[in-house]
Amino acid sequence: MVPITHYLMLSAILFALGALGVLINRNIISMFMCVELMLNAVNLAFIAFSRFLNQVDGQIFVFFVMIVAAAEAAVGLALIVLFFRDKSTLDVDQANSLKW
Amino acid sequence: MPYNFENGFWVLILFPLLGAAVNGLMGKRFPAGMVALIACFMSGLSFLVAFGTFLQFSNLPGESRVLSKHLFTWIESGNFVASFGLLLDPLSMVMILIITGVGFLIHVYSTRYMREHPGFYRYFAYLNLFIFMMSVLALADNYLMMFIGWEGVGLCSYLLIGYYFDRKSAGDAAKKAFIVNRVGDAGFILGVLLIFRTFQSVEFIPVFEQVVRRFPEAEASFGILSAIALLLFVGAIGKSAQIPLYVWLPDAMEGPTPVSALIHAATMVTAGVYLTARSAALYSRTPEVLALVASIGAITALFAALIATVQTDIKRVLAYSTVSQLGYMFIAVGVGAFGAGIFHLFTHAFFKALLFLGAGSVILALHHEQNLFKMGGLRRYLPITSLTMWIGTLAISGIPPFAGFFSKDEILAKAYESPLGSPLLWALGLVAAGLTAFYMFRLMFLTFHGRGHHEKHPPREDSNSVSIPLLFLALFSLIAGWIGLPPYLGINRFEHFLEPSFRYQYQHGASETAHTSELLLASVTILAAVLGIAVSYLLYVRKPGTSGKLASRFPSVYRILERKFYVDEIYDFLVVHPLYRLAVRTLWRTIDVRLIDGTVNGTGSFFQAWGHLLKRIQAGYARIYASWVLWGALLVILYCYFSLA
Repeated sequence: MVPITHYLMLSAILFALGALGVLINRNIISMFMCVELMLNAVNLAFIAFSRFLNQVDGQIFVFFVMIVAAAEAAVGLALIVLFFRDKSTLDVDQANSLKW
Repeated sequence: MPYNFENGFWVLILFPLLGAAVNGLMGKRFPAGMVALIACFMSGLSFLVAFGTFLQFSNLPGESRVLSKHLFTWIESGNFVASFGLLLDPLSMVMILIITGVGFLIHVYSTRYMREHPGFYRYFAYLNLFIFMMSVLALADNYLMMFIGWEGVGLCSYLLIGYYFDRKSAGDAAKKAFIVNRVGDAGFILGVLLIFRTFQSVEFIPVFEQVVRRFPEAEASFGILSAIALLLFVGAIGKSAQIPLYVWLPDAMEGPTPVSALIHAATMVTAGVYLTARSAALYSRTPEVLALVASIGAITALFAALIATVQTDIKRVLAYSTVSQLGYMFIAVGVGAFGAGIFHLFTHAFFKALLFLGAGSVILALHHEQNLFKMGGLRRYLPITSLTMWIGTLAISGIPPFAGFFSKDEILAKAYESPLGSPLLWALGLVAAGLTAFYMFRLMFLTFHGRGHHEKHPPREDSNSVSIPLLFLALFSLIAGWIGLPPYLGINRFEHFLEPSFRYQYQHGASETAHTSELLLASVTILAAVLGIAVSYLLYVRKPGTSGKLASRFPSVYRILERKFYVDEIYDFLVVHPLYRLAVRTLWRTIDVRLIDGTVNGTGSFFQAWGHLLKRIQAGYARIYASWVLWGALLVILYCYFSLA
């Protein structure tokens, strides 16, 4: 059996990659995908603990996260479409009109 | 059925108020003639009511000559009640007759004097308001309402002194009058508070009745009554221009001349004497304060007369003369002869108003020249003014049978023989009387006699509205004294008429002096006046250059007199300048600018500085915000890791 540390390491690496991706990508869609990656990294950690502890709580959480992620995708993508219509670009640095 | 003045006398205060309201609010749109008509009509009506009241009033028996009229309750709080009520007794009757009578004549005179001035309606609105306020002061039945009138006349005085507000000196003079009067008014209101604290009332009659009951004897040492009397006297000093607060009155001559005649000679400035006489019940029980009143009066009388002898401005001579005559009135009340003080107030109102209006006529004829030494020889051009002013001069100098002789003689006699008087007071008054005759004759000689240079533009007497008030006032300056004859000539009806007002007064032993000694005192008084006249005649008519020679012979004496004993300069140095420095340096530049503004502005700039620093976080880049979130999360994780480990 694969020990839990492997799962957690993979989860941490995926999370870090996702976070890094959010920070260095300028394209909103790429950033969005990276956010999804981070969510799924967390899901992986939940599943691993659920299996390791023989409890279903973690799996229930994962369902919640997936539902939220689906809703987020619907709203997020709609926002991205609107942003693109407004600015004709997907560069997130162009969304800077709310600063001081 | 004829009008019943006993119940209806109070309407007399309404007419001038109405006139002031109409002229003040709408007068700008009225033609000048209508403004003048309204103002004169209202003050005339007021006088008619006052006179009608007087006729019915004098038919009443002596003891019932105290009418009161409660109009409404003004303030009621706990046991403190201040009503808006009027009290008509012989004392206020005399005041009301002076105020409305002289006031009406001066209104008539002003229609001509002020004709060419812009803001004609403003002038008459203020003047009517003054008559209203002065009537309230005189008719009030309690100290608090008297204070309303007191402040009201102060306000009107301020407004009218500063009537030519485009002239800086007039604005300064108005402010000076207002501020100096505040000093006195502070004393007045403190006195009223102390009265309420002591007697649980501010109404005259209840207070005086309690005084009689609780203080059957005069206060032997300084007690509560003395404190009240002293505080009220501080108010009287301010209003009636006595040392040390007289400095505003000479400057008040910046106002129009009829105003000087009405407010700063006949009525308002005598309010202090009226207050003291009204409070006779208090003052007569405080011999120490009375001694102070009499000494201040005597010193002021002499001091102001000395200054008047060298002034060159016709109105200033008269202003110092007013200060000096007010000093006389305070000598009288200070020796317990309240009736004599009011008698002098009464006669003085006529002859001083006359002299001021005469001076106004001269000033008008000479196109606003006020320097005595540029006048001269006006007798031929202004016969009515000259004649009436001579009558006024003889009256003020105390030459029988003119009005001033009787009142001044009574004061000097009382100063000598009253148990509270002393030969020193008498002597000071006597010297002042001589000086009065001297400076008044000097003024007359310089104005109407000698040679003038008026051939090119001969000045001429103005319209009837100037001459008629002069003639009326001259008539009264002649006969007004005859109602108060000294004991060796007849009976003093005036004193007798006033008696009900002074029934709460404490009698300091009777003073019975033989007629012969009173005659002697009177002759000495006349002698002093004649001496003053003779010196004046010698200096200004017989040898006109002598006065200049005298001045250059004693330059320091002349200079001190001419600079009015440097009192204004001393006040500047001792009071005005330190206060100004305190205000500017400490209060304004340090406390206001640094402390208060500093705190307020400092709060603002503190948050502004932090805002400048923190705004950099809000760069507007979504990825930077995201990195902040990440850093935050890392911090939380590290915290958890170390705190749990």
